[in-house]
Amino acid sequence: MDIVLVILFGVAGGFVGGMVGVGGGILFVPALAIVLDESQVEAEATSLLAIVIVAIAGTIRQRRYGNVRLEDAGVIGVMSVAGVALGVVVSNEVSQRTLEVGFAIVALGIAAQLVHRASRRVDQAEA
Amino acid sequence: MFDDPQRLLKLAVVGTAAGVFSGLFGVGGGTIIVPLLIVWFGYGEREATGTSLAAIVIVAALAAGGQGAYGNVDVVKGLAIGVPAVGGVIAGTALQQRIPQRAVSYLFAALLVAVALELLI
Repeated sequence: MDIVLVILFGVAGGFVGGMVGVGGGILFVPALAIVLDESQVEAEATSLLAIVIVAIAGTIRQRRYGNVRLEDAGVIGVMSVAGVALGVVVSNEVSQRTLEVGFAIVALGIAAQLVHRASRRVDQAEA
Repeated sequence: MFDDPQRLLKLAVVGTAAGVFSGLFGVGGGTIIVPLLIVWFGYGEREATGTSLAAIVIVAALAAGGQGAYGNVDVVKGLAIGVPAVGGVIAGTALQQRIPQRAVSYLFAALLVAVALELLI
């Protein structure tokens, strides 16, 4: 049963993400943590694997439109190692509660970004 | 590129910030990468999104590897979410022009606020 829910969340998450232009993680993590009752750190870890798959597919599509500067992307990716290591260690050291609060703040930040972008779009349309 | 140390440094800052975000919160880091590419490097929105996706492949793979070392990754669930999500993204992107995107953005923002409240309370 769980696995059916997981698949449904994948499709729904991808669909909404593709429509409004946000990544999958912000949806996959709460789906795994809140609905499927995984711990926050496990939900985050599993979400990362799903993101890799979605991002590969997205890159292939975007590359066809000539929107990918591979060299810059490669440098950003390789240079992320230290930050990733720090983030992973901290996420495993802090309490679940701290991680939940941190993630809640990120979700609010992305919500604000979405509203800001959407309202700007209106201004442009009216201008 | 490598003869421009300042540019390299800025890319390293973007990578590090995205990496912390990804490792800590289980997200790709696009929220960080896209705006920085636009503001610091003069990228257009589409190029920023495309390049961010390619960077995220590496960032998220590194983070997944790190979390995997702690035994936190559920491979079956990760694949069961990720593979169907590709279909979802394709459908969502295709319908982007036909659906009132602003309304969806507001609804989605509301959903994220609900998620935040659920986590905080």
